[in-house]
Amino acid sequence: MSISDFPADSVGLVTPKVLHNEQPFELACGRRLPGFELVYETYGELNAKRSNAILVCHALSGHHHAAGYHSKDDRKPGWWDSCIGPGKPLDTNKFFIVSCNNLGGCHGSTGPRSINPDSGEQWGADFPPLRARDWVHSQAMLADHLQIDCWAAVIGGSLGGMQAMRWALEYPQRIRFCIVIAAALQLTAQNIAFNEAARRAIQSDPKFANGEYLKKGSHPSDGLSLARIIGHITYLSDIGMGQKFGRELRSGTFELGKDEEIEFQVESYLRHQGSVFAEGFDAHTYLLMGRALDYFDLAREYNHDPVAAFSHALCDFLVVSFTSDWRFAPERSREIVEALLGARKNVSYAEIEAHEGHDAFLLPIPRYLDVLHAYMRRVQAYCEGLSQ
Amino acid sequence: MIYELSAIEQWIAPGARVLDLGCGNGELLVHLQKTRQVQGCGIEIDADRITEALAAGVDVLEHNIDTGLGLFQNNSFDVVVMTQTLQAIKYPDKAMQEMLRIGREVVVTFPNFAHWRCRWYLNTRGRMPVARFMPHSWYNTPNIHLCTVKDFEDLCAQMQVRIIDRQFLSANNNIRPLLSQWPNLFASHAIFRISQ
Repeated sequence: MSISDFPADSVGLVTPKVLHNEQPFELACGRRLPGFELVYETYGELNAKRSNAILVCHALSGHHHAAGYHSKDDRKPGWWDSCIGPGKPLDTNKFFIVSCNNLGGCHGSTGPRSINPDSGEQWGADFPPLRARDWVHSQAMLADHLQIDCWAAVIGGSLGGMQAMRWALEYPQRIRFCIVIAAALQLTAQNIAFNEAARRAIQSDPKFANGEYLKKGSHPSDGLSLARIIGHITYLSDIGMGQKFGRELRSGTFELGKDEEIEFQVESYLRHQGSVFAEGFDAHTYLLMGRALDYFDLAREYNHDPVAAFSHALCDFLVVSFTSDWRFAPERSREIVEALLGARKNVSYAEIEAHEGHDAFLLPIPRYLDVLHAYMRRVQAYCEGLSQ
Repeated sequence: MIYELSAIEQWIAPGARVLDLGCGNGELLVHLQKTRQVQGCGIEIDADRITEALAAGVDVLEHNIDTGLGLFQNNSFDVVVMTQTLQAIKYPDKAMQEMLRIGREVVVTFPNFAHWRCRWYLNTRGRMPVARFMPHSWYNTPNIHLCTVKDFEDLCAQMQVRIIDRQFLSANNNIRPLLSQWPNLFASHAIFRISQ
């Protein structure tokens, strides 16, 4: 495959870059990182006024590779390729899009697998716990590095949407539009329960070795795989799974007299998803990201009043949810909208009919893309207004 | 809509916060943003119209009015507008109460079922009127709560709502003088400006 073989609406080949920060970095937990590296990608061109920059924040298991391909042999593009590219809602002909791997990640940014300069060993379980605000602050340093004073928009789905909201409160002067997709002001007990089940899966894997698996040279792949399977089930919906797999058999038969082992398509699919995920993901990163998700509470420091919290924001908001999402249900998005209305902010809200569950935010659902396209027109108008 | 636009516009102060319930493609709010620099917000239920409104630069919330308007705080808007929607919602009286709670003033427009054409149609044919401005049959019409000018004024009296102003529209310019005399007979549409 040559470069021209990439789809016409793909950003094509991309090369990750790295921000090296040598300065100590204070964390919300009170500890500090002695500097960090942040791996990121950019798509499109920054305009002369540097007014067309968009930050994309990733979710629990995401990373910096949001669009395009790392090599011509890649089977799949970045995780949000359906939305980022020439002519797509985040149009790389119009916007300069930045996507980074969050601190604590396992795709190149400083995280549990990095060397702790103080000890000369991998951080492992000793890597400090992170909050969404730590990511936001590190992303702000990336903005400084790229000489971006104000993002035209900060966008994210799920945990990414929570970062986008945090941006609006932490740096109100540095964000013009905030797009919050399939997110929540805080997780519900049920949502935390799912995360806990995934954590227990990892921690009870003997190869997790009480968190010392890096030192022992082992990898808790069974636990990670099970964690992913639990998560994945909750990211889909009953009707979506029914349509995708039904009761189809992958192997075996129910025929009388035959004694073959039965495997449903859905079982095979989940096992495959689990093992692929377990191969490439770090257990400490999974635990850390899940905790950040559980602890997130947009209004905690605003006297638990989301209206008071949002009154600090200066940007306009678009909130999007999906009807079959039971992990971050439309009700959670409506709570965001209600708080924004209470704070007298400009807000739009779309509730997309979709049977793909929480995963819908990653998929090219026509109405979802239409809504993003339509809203991005006003983001573009703002960028052009500034560049005149 | 053109007639309605100019009538509604004159009642909107520059820079007002305006909530448009059933905003469609955002036409009214686009107009008011241009001429009155309002801070507008629309409510709509139709997916395609929501996209159109978003593209037109209007803030719109996907929301079914019949599920309530509890997401809006008391007096959080200067004016709440509802054009050609009152007759299509489940609980028009409750919606009116909610609109008056949310806005300092409320502007409502609706088709007048007592228009002489409707009366004539029903009288001569004995069937539910179908007209250009009411093109649906009884079984598939979204207009489940049609009313007349008198009905609406009765409801206002019952709810102790103050009628600040009202305007009547007719497609036929020649009967304009008759409109103010016998609005319930000659108005095809009515526009009411009300408050608590």
